[in-house]
Amino acid sequence: MDIHEYQAKELLAGFGVAIPRGGVAYSPEQAVYRASEIGGSRWAVKAQIHSGARGKAGGIKVCTSEDEVRQAAKGLLGKRLVTHQTGPEGRVVHRLYVEAAVPIARELYVGFVLDRKSERVMIVAHPHGGMEIEEIAQKEPDTIVRSVVEPAVGMTSFQAREIAFALGLDGGLLSRATTALLGCYRAFRDLDATMVEINPLVVTQDGHLLALDAKMTFDDNALFRRPNVSELRDYAEEDPRESQAAEYGINYVALDGEIGCIVNGAGLAMSTMDLIKHAGYSPANFLDVGGGASPEKVTNAFRLVLADPKVQAILVNIFAGINRCDWVAQGVVSAVKELNPQVPLVVRLAGTNVEEGRRILRESGLSLVTADTLTEAAERVVAALQAAGAKTAKAGKS
Amino acid sequence: MSILIDEKTRVIIQGFTGDKGTFHGKEMIAYGTNLVGGVTPGKGGQKHLDRPVFNTVRDAVRETGAEASLVFVPAGFCADSIMEAADAGIRLVCAITDGIPAQDMMMVKRYLWRYPKERRTTLVGPNCAGIISPGKAMLGIMPGHIYRQGNVGLITRSGTLGYEAASPINGSSFVDHLRLFEEDPETVAVMIIGEIGGPQEAEAARFFRDHMQKPVIGYVAGLSAPKGRRMGHAGAIIRAFGESAAEKVEIMREAGITVAPSPAELGATAAKVLGSRTKRVAVAT
Repeated sequence: MDIHEYQAKELLAGFGVAIPRGGVAYSPEQAVYRASEIGGSRWAVKAQIHSGARGKAGGIKVCTSEDEVRQAAKGLLGKRLVTHQTGPEGRVVHRLYVEAAVPIARELYVGFVLDRKSERVMIVAHPHGGMEIEEIAQKEPDTIVRSVVEPAVGMTSFQAREIAFALGLDGGLLSRATTALLGCYRAFRDLDATMVEINPLVVTQDGHLLALDAKMTFDDNALFRRPNVSELRDYAEEDPRESQAAEYGINYVALDGEIGCIVNGAGLAMSTMDLIKHAGYSPANFLDVGGGASPEKVTNAFRLVLADPKVQAILVNIFAGINRCDWVAQGVVSAVKELNPQVPLVVRLAGTNVEEGRRILRESGLSLVTADTLTEAAERVVAALQAAGAKTAKAGKS
Repeated sequence: MSILIDEKTRVIIQGFTGDKGTFHGKEMIAYGTNLVGGVTPGKGGQKHLDRPVFNTVRDAVRETGAEASLVFVPAGFCADSIMEAADAGIRLVCAITDGIPAQDMMMVKRYLWRYPKERRTTLVGPNCAGIISPGKAMLGIMPGHIYRQGNVGLITRSGTLGYEAASPINGSSFVDHLRLFEEDPETVAVMIIGEIGGPQEAEAARFFRDHMQKPVIGYVAGLSAPKGRRMGHAGAIIRAFGESAAEKVEIMREAGITVAPSPAELGATAAKVLGSRTKRVAVAT
């Protein structure tokens, strides 16, 4: 789960990471109020969407008067921002963050990630912040600083000092840097984050070290024990079908093809997508119903897939282990009766209780195509799609 | 042939009296697994599926001599159960549970290392289908009837794809299991089924190149998968090279592993690799 910049900053500040003064605003009036509350004469008005590179997309305005703040807020609220992370459809701005604009001497990069190779938390840092880390990795890979945390001990002060020195932070900045780094680590650990990124971490002209931008991502599997984090979820930032899927307990990723997929297991789901691609078509989605799929869950999976107007055929591919084919078959039957899909449906069942599952499908009297193997299923859905396509084309002509 | 488990292995289930523990406990008994009992805290002293229930894994080990455990405990408590099993001296833990927090797993892995190598627990999973030695024992949730005894070992990162090829050992690392199969006199070849993300396939390829005589057949799922949209910036840097399916296929091929174009063709590919050496390409662990 992702959160907004201002939320990440509030959380990090609670762990001792210094941030510029700022406040959230939902209207131009609130933005002006925030600016007067912060004081000074220079403010940044920042669009809050779940994406980086907001500055380049025009989502951050530096203002030197309250009137400018009002105008900036008016311009940003309701605007659709397009960055390379939002995709072409962009994201609409509903919230702003107004912050004191600080005089910057240096910009640095600091990120904390779960490193799958070492199975530990890794700190990645670079003396030149502001650019994206992919860009740094490409342009200056040799100057990236990496440090891995021993989980039984946690991040140590000496690790923080080593990173600080590698970033060229010494003198009075050293203790500020170790406080910030150790604070980020504690936030990462205590809140079950999977990523904390401060880019840039800035040295101000008056010798302070501040997190100018902050991004945090959290482990969905740990949200049950982090109620203060899960309440920060902003549904407006999520693909409606994906958040619906999360509510159903289904793993769903929208893609841009024409064949809707309902599969159990992430590996089999990807493999099914590969076979569709191999046959010259594209999957409309990745969908893993997971283990122990009840008939209701299968029906919900159909709801998700059918909510996508691009879907022209559906392929159900279940190899049941912990799942049960009879339950899946019941789900398919009730979904078809309830939702009445107007696209061809191919069902492949295998594994636990397969005979019972096939019997349920057979006796349902529904017009669906069955298949026994994965390859067969892919071939039949493509054939069904072509047949349906031919029909539509004919209907169109006549 | 069998690595990890056989018909004599004394097995317990953690989360024994729950729905999943009960359903799959019955299946395992029917398959011939030597299920000697189970653990559900607070239900110690009861009988379930005609087997004793214990409050703690330590009690179960003391009373039954259990060596292996299958874990169905819910995600929020599962890490604790795995550590309990390790501490009680269980040699092999197989965790079916999906959705365990990443930091819990980090802690579990670290915890397992506190024991000296000779008594260290092997962890298979979490989020896996289990282990099966066809015709001998099943420690997991797979449909047992689809596996036949054979001489091709199989290791997979995907439970359901393992069913496609029939017969998975799942979870932990490919390399650990490749080593076991290389040493097992009855295994003539090994299949590995990988997927996008992580370093495992590349490590397996290196291990194969440097340490293995037996042929390995591979498949990687996710050629059409979208790039990890949720991965943050800092994540992208350590995901730099070798984590997409196409790159993994390339790395495996370079090391000399034969890669099948689809899971459906794994069997045929294995048969081709083995040539006339084996007529029957049923797979086993």
